[in-house]
Order: sequence, then structure tokens, then C-alpha cells
Amino acid sequence: MLRLVGLVLWKDLVVEWRTREIVSTMLFFAVIVMLIFSFAFLSEGRASGDAVAGILWTAIAFSGTLGLSRAADRERDGDALRALLLSPAPRAALYLGKTAGIVIFMLATELVVAALSTVLFGAALSAHAAELSGLLLLGTIGYAAIGGLFSLMLGRARSRDVLLAVVLYPIIVPVIIAGSKGTSSLLESIPDLAAARYWIKFLAVFDIVFVTLALWAFEPLIVERG
Amino acid sequence: MFDHVTVEGVTKVYGRQRALGGVSLRLEAGRLCALLGPNGAGKSTLLGILSTLLRPTGGEVRFGSVQHRQAGRTLRGAIGLVAHESFLYGDLTGRENLRFFERLYGGGGRAQTLLSRVGLDEAADRPVRTYSRGMQQRLALARALCGQPRLLLLDEPFTGLDSSGVAALRTLLAELRDGGVILMLVTHDLAAAAELANHVVVLRRGKVAFDHAQSAPFARLDEVYAAHA
Repeated sequence: MLRLVGLVLWKDLVVEWRTREIVSTMLFFAVIVMLIFSFAFLSEGRASGDAVAGILWTAIAFSGTLGLSRAADRERDGDALRALLLSPAPRAALYLGKTAGIVIFMLATELVVAALSTVLFGAALSAHAAELSGLLLLGTIGYAAIGGLFSLMLGRARSRDVLLAVVLYPIIVPVIIAGSKGTSSLLESIPDLAAARYWIKFLAVFDIVFVTLALWAFEPLIVERG
Repeated sequence: MFDHVTVEGVTKVYGRQRALGGVSLRLEAGRLCALLGPNGAGKSTLLGILSTLLRPTGGEVRFGSVQHRQAGRTLRGAIGLVAHESFLYGDLTGRENLRFFERLYGGGGRAQTLLSRVGLDEAADRPVRTYSRGMQQRLALARALCGQPRLLLLDEPFTGLDSSGVAALRTLLAELRDGGVILMLVTHDLAAAAELANHVVVLRRGKVAFDHAQSAPFARLDEVYAAHA
């Protein structure tokens, strides 16, 4: 099982290394979002902790949607998803491999976005790097777990990019709230570590629930059941 | 694994559109079944059901003693499908594609053999997106053979192939047929199918209009088609 998860992940990483399509698109979009918000929220060279957290997670959510769409497009080109589903590999391994790829692409983008937040808004993100990393990692896993499922599920649907946002955002609202609340608590003048850890635990529970649900739902949602 | 596939009264309905209306037939090892019919007759739908990627609305499909609804990993691994789309990753090379799918099928080490068999030795290390339609078709066939299938389903496999490609594919399919693989070939190229098929099924409006198997390939498929399609 793990070998097959790694195989699917390897395939996505090799393709991304050659095309640099997903990460560069996500990065470009995330940076634009950050720059636009910087004009709105910067005051005397700084922005409030709440604003920085909101901007960071908004950039992650929006750029993540682009990444999800493109990652699913790779399986639609040449209808390769059908070949994956036709193979004897466990469908759970296919899902986990795809999701792991999305997580890595999103984390790569978040690294740059977090660094940019420090530069643009003077946010002290590195002061509590472990807690921030926990929030970003767990938030990204939750986002990718649901987004990966929906982006593949929408398959060849017309307006799938719009539909993805419509079905995804209502469900990932808790991820965005937890991520931004947790990040905000780290950026207060006196960081509230207890609050940050609460939101980390919240995200961990969210991830366990939704990864389990997605594993259970992947096959019936993706494979045609007529 | 299985040496025959039985289709009994299979129907498939998409919304109000009936694609298949009670199809029954039997496919056997060592036979190449040419599935013929005009556009919209339900050929690709039947192939989709046999590949286990589509579930029939009604009726039953059995792979030996295994029912369609019980289709699991082992059964999926015994089915190869060449469809309209290539099922390949354009940014991987031909060799990488085959290695990837081989490993998905739990095997390994046959990529080079398969590449040679479909005549893609020289292009093996080029990205698939640089391949011509015919080369992609050859690689798609090699991919479908990765799992050493018992049932090989081919939807218009001659599309895009040059004359040498068509000849090589005919030879390969004849070898597979004689080697005991169950083959179903959907094609409008009646001349190409005529040399290979020893079982012909004609679908018309989702129903079987003609079904006949014989020991030798059919000499004049065009006449069969004209009479029944």
C-alpha cells in the first residue's frame, strides 16, 4: 500500500519537476493576493496580527484551489485517471498518493508566502516556527484531503473549476478559521500559545475525520456507478 | 483466473437515454471478438462495462465465476483496456509510463520487452507528448499489456497507426488470441478486423443484431456488417 502511495506521489513529483506548472501558478497567484492585500492593510509598514493571519490563509486557500484544479487536470489529460482506476492498485493508495502530492505543492507555496508575510507585513512568523508549521501542515492536509477528492470527483464536469470552489469552500471553512485563528494568536504582541495549540489539535481532529471520510468516499464517488 | 466472460441481458441507461438494451453474449479464451456497429450502437458502453469502469443498470456480467459487482483488485488486474484516450502521462517518457503502470500492476522488468514489442525502442526515452498519435496508440497498447491481461479490450486500436503499425498490431493481436487471451476489438476498420476475428458481434441501437463464432477468421466482415448493422 505505502509503496503504491509513493509510486503515485513519485509520478506527480517527477511531472511537476519537469513542468513546474502547479507550484509556479500557485506561487504567482498567492504573491499577487499578498501584494494586493498589502496595499489595503499596511499601516506605517506593519499590519495587525489578525490581518496578516487572514491574508496568509486567504492566499493559501485561493492558490490551493488552483493547484487542486491543475493536479486533477493531469489525470484528465489522456484520461489517465481511468487507467489508475482500472489497475489493481487499491483506490485508497491512488487517493493518498494524489493527496500527498497536493500537500507538498501547497507546502512549497506556503513557505514562500510565509516568508513574504514577514517581508511585507513585518510579521514575526519565525518566533514560533514549530506552532506555525503545525498549523500550516495540518491545515494543508485537511484542505488537500477534501480538495483532492472533490477535484477528482468533478472529473469532466463542465465549469468544474467554478464547481470546485463552490463545493470546497463551505467544507474547508473550519480549516481556514482554525488556521487563521491559530496564526493570529501567534502574532499577538504577547503570543497566546495555548490558543495556537488548541487550534492545532482542532485541525488534527478535522484531518483524522475528513481523511477517513475521503478514503471511504473516494471509490463510490470517483468510480462510475451508473 | 477466468477463461470466458458471460454477458447476460445487460442494460445501461444514462438518464432517459438507453445505451444498451439487453445485451447477451459470451467471450472465450483464444477468440478475438470483433464488436461492430454504427456510431451510438453502444459499443464503447459495453467495453466500459466489461472493463469494470462502468456498472450495468441491469443484467449480469461474469468473468468466469466472478460477478461484475464483486470485481476486485485481482479481477481488475486481469483486464487490459485500450480506449479512445491514451491513458498516458504526456510529461513522462514512454519508458517511465510503462514502468509506472507495471508497478501499479505489481510487476516490473517488462517495460523494455513491451517497448520493443510495439516498436518504440528508439522513442522510449522521449516525453510522450512529443509522440505522434500512432506512437501514442502503440504505447497505449503496451500499457494495456502491463498486467498480462486475460481479457484485452480494444476500442479503435488501429486509429492513427501507419501501415507498418497496423501490420504489427495485427501480428500482436493474433499472437495474443492464439495464446489464449480473450480479446474484444471495437473497430470500423473491417478489413483489419477480418483477418483476426473468429467471433463477430454486431450491435444495433444497444441490442445484439448478429452474434456468430467460427474456427477461422471471417473472410468478408463487410458483408456481415452491411447485412446487420
